[in-house]
Order: sequence, then C-alpha cells, then structure tokens
Amino acid sequence: MKPGLWHRLDHIARSLVPVLLILGLVIVSVVPTRLPGYGTVAPMLAVIGVCHWSIVRPDLVRPSIAFGIGLFEDILTGTPLGLGAFVLLMVHGVVVAQQRFFLGKSFFVWWWAFGIVAFAAACVKWVGFVAVTGSVADPLTVFLSYALTVFLYPLLGRVFASVEVSLAREG
Amino acid sequence: MTGLPLLPRLPACRGPGTGMARTAIAGNRVRGTGLWGAWVVGHRTDGRRIGQWVTGDRIAGQGRRDVKQPAGQMSRIGAVRSLFHRFAFLTLVGTAFSLMLLGKADTVLVDRLRASVGDALTPVLDVLARPAANISDMVENVRGLASIRAENARLKDENARLLAWQAVAQQLEAENRTLRGLLNFTPAPPASFISTRVIALTEGPFVRSALINAGGRDGVRKGQAVVTGAGLVGRIDRVGLRSASILLVSDFNSKIPVVIEPSRNRAILVANKNRLQLIYMLGNGPVAPGDRVVTAEDANVFPPDLPVGVVSGIDDGTILVEPFVRPADVEYVRLVDYGLGGILRSDSEAGDVR
Repeated sequence: MKPGLWHRLDHIARSLVPVLLILGLVIVSVVPTRLPGYGTVAPMLAVIGVCHWSIVRPDLVRPSIAFGIGLFEDILTGTPLGLGAFVLLMVHGVVVAQQRFFLGKSFFVWWWAFGIVAFAAACVKWVGFVAVTGSVADPLTVFLSYALTVFLYPLLGRVFASVEVSLAREG
Repeated sequence: MTGLPLLPRLPACRGPGTGMARTAIAGNRVRGTGLWGAWVVGHRTDGRRIGQWVTGDRIAGQGRRDVKQPAGQMSRIGAVRSLFHRFAFLTLVGTAFSLMLLGKADTVLVDRLRASVGDALTPVLDVLARPAANISDMVENVRGLASIRAENARLKDENARLLAWQAVAQQLEAENRTLRGLLNFTPAPPASFISTRVIALTEGPFVRSALINAGGRDGVRKGQAVVTGAGLVGRIDRVGLRSASILLVSDFNSKIPVVIEPSRNRAILVANKNRLQLIYMLGNGPVAPGDRVVTAEDANVFPPDLPVGVVSGIDDGTILVEPFVRPADVEYVRLVDYGLGGILRSDSEAGDVR
C-alpha cells in the first residue's frame, strides 16, 4: 500500500529531527550567556551532536549533512570557512567506521570513546586553525573547551537517546 | 507488555545497516534501531498487533536482511555503493580544503556569505538572546539585593566626589571656551552614535566576534568603533543589511593603535592567546601598571582617546593590558562614527558587503 501524504510528511519530519537538533545546538552555542569565562571555554556542541547521531542514525546524518552543519558553524562563528566542516566530516567518518565497536557497549565505553574522538577533533581544529590563519590559539583554552565538551556529553547523550527512542517508537 | 515470548530472539548477524529501520526478521518488523535497543513490531497469535522495545545484546549487530538477492549481485551492488560513498566522502573533504583556500583568496565573497547568513538568523538570535539577558539580569538583581545598603553608601560617596568633579569640569569648560575663542580653534566634527543589541557572541579559543542587530540599513559601516560606557569593545568588520559583525579587541586579527596616557607613548594593542599586549612601542616614557591605555588616531582607524584598558603588568618585557570591557557582560553597544576614513574603509571601498 502506498503511504499517504501525511505519512510521508511525518516520515520526512522525523528524519530531519537529528539535523535540526544539531543546528539548534550550533545556534544556541553563539547566544550570549553573560556567564563570566564561559564563552572562552564554550563546549563543542556540534561535535557532540554529530558524533552521537552518526553512530545511532547514520542513515539520517550522512557525510554531506555533517559537512553542511560544519559549514554553517563556520559561517556563523567566523572560524575559517571549511575548517569546522572538515572537523565534523572527520568525526562522522571515524565513528561510522567504528560503528560496530559502539553497538551494544555500556555507556561508559561510549563516553570514553567519545572522549578520544572529541580530543582528536579539538587537535585537528587547532592544527587546522594554525595552518590556515598562522595564529596560535591557546592550547589550554582548547583543552578546557574539550574537557567541558566531554563533561557535557552524558547530559546531551541522554536527551538525544530519549529523542531517538521516541523517533523509533512512532516511526 | 505481555508480548515478549512471541518475539523471537533476534539473530546476531552483522551488517552495515544496523542503524536502519524497517528490517524484517522472523515475521516481525524492526521499526527502528537505537543506541540501546530496537522497537520491534509483530503480531500475536490472536492477530493483535503489538510493539515492543527490545534492548541490549539481543539486537547487537543486527543486520539488514529484508531483500533476498543472489550473492554475486549483492556483493557487486555493495561494492559499487561502497565506492560511491567513499568517493562522495573524499569529494566533501576536498571541498572543505577548497573552501579554506577560497576563504583566504576571496574574502569579499566569504564576507558576503557570512553577512547573508547573519541577516537571515538575526530574528532567531534576537529572540534567543533576550531570555538569556533576562535571566542574567534577574540573577544580578537578586545578588544586588544582598549588598544594597553597602552599594547605597558607596554611591552616595561617589556622588559627592562626582559633584566636586562637575564643578571642576564646568570651570574648565568655560576656560576652554574662552581659550578656543582666543585661538580661533576649529572644533572636531561631532560624532554620531548608533545604539544596538548584541545578539550573538563567540569568544572561543579561535575567534572572538559578536553579532549586532543593526546593519547597513541603520547606518552601520565597516570600520566604525564599537564602545560601551566603560570603553572600547571592538570595531565593525562585516556589514549585512540588518546585522553586522564586531571584531572584538581580543581577536587575533585585532590590531589597535593606542596611546599610553601618562607617558604618551604610542603602541599597537594585539591579542596573544588569552591576553592583550602592547607591541611596537614608540616613545621612551616610563610605563607602569595602572597606566590608562586609550585609542590613538593613527591611520584614522579609531577616533582618539576612547578608553581601552589599563596596564596590568609587565611580564618578561611584555606589557600586558587588562581591558575595561568584558564582552560577556555587554548587552547593548554604541557604534561611534566620527566620519573617519582609514584602513578598513579603504578595504570596504574595494568590496563593501552591503
């Protein structure tokens, strides 16, 4: 039986949820919080989003989408165009290649693996930034931003997991 | 749910489609697979449709097995698909590198792109920035209540001191007017101001910039100085129709000609990692912690005497400056236009993004 229009629209809307969530995180990350010191060590929210959704729903977060989100982040934040896109593309490529490793593992293994992926992403971004602009960003600040990203992962991971369950249940 | 025995144990086969839904397994249908389980839909013996969330190792490594195809044909299709995905991935990596080069080569095009995205997102960011500011104000108010008596006493004291200064200022103004009359002095053109809200702020390790919700249609121009009551915030480096981007004083690309007030030494203020420092110092006057640093009119980049910061220390021959303004605290800014030309203006004439 051919699915109806509403069914198809519902399906499209559901498949857009992960992308919209990650784009929302990118936008939220530039909203001024007025918390002293937060801006300097702001976490890499897009890396959390792309890493998580690339493992659980690689059919919805494809390389082109990871690239697009990175490009959007570059345009919005003013980092060299293409750098964020490259970093998120690498994150996507690595986690999709290691997808079998992630499946069925406990949460702490996920957290540990995410820590490694996010560290690699922070290093690639730092090296890329130095190569493109010639300016040396403070490694300590980059590390603190990375640490905050890893610290935030369990919280955002929970939110993503519950969204994913509801997507799967009614999908 | 009572349907558990009706759903068979899922086979532990491996495959690339683990994340894909709608896979038929043993008469049941997997509607979606997730991180910690899958939603499996099937029919009970009485014909009723049931769904069940199956978790853990029961679905680990579950593969896509819904299409029966000859083994040879499947492997060929798989190989072509894999090659296509690899090619697409490499193309995207190549595109990312090309964009990095394009960003270096054609800054006008990239600026125009950034300005358009900033314009498009301005309404969203404007709405999102308000609750954050309100919450911050509320916290500040509650914190202020605790010290309201001490604050009142401090303000009374300050008011008394400022009244004394007002008398001095009025006296100096009158004297100044008389002396200008005697010298036939031509005053500097009056500055015009645009007040606007900060709707986005990036203060990460790589870039320090902010977005304001006023653009070319409001009279914002590239190169204008951005200030608050306390001092300099940065300068406008990109202008869209209804938004503009500020290059903050703490950004790597920010180079500000300054004067150190008591000695009148001239220098360039730059950001190095997370601190501001002075380079290319001209003049032999002594510089000490506590000296005020203000903008210089050199190269017509900034209007003179806008307060920037204070010398905070000298570390191994490097003069460090503590800025007066912390961008994270800023909600509203003023754009000052003295009608200056300058370095950024000549850039903008080559390719203004407006």
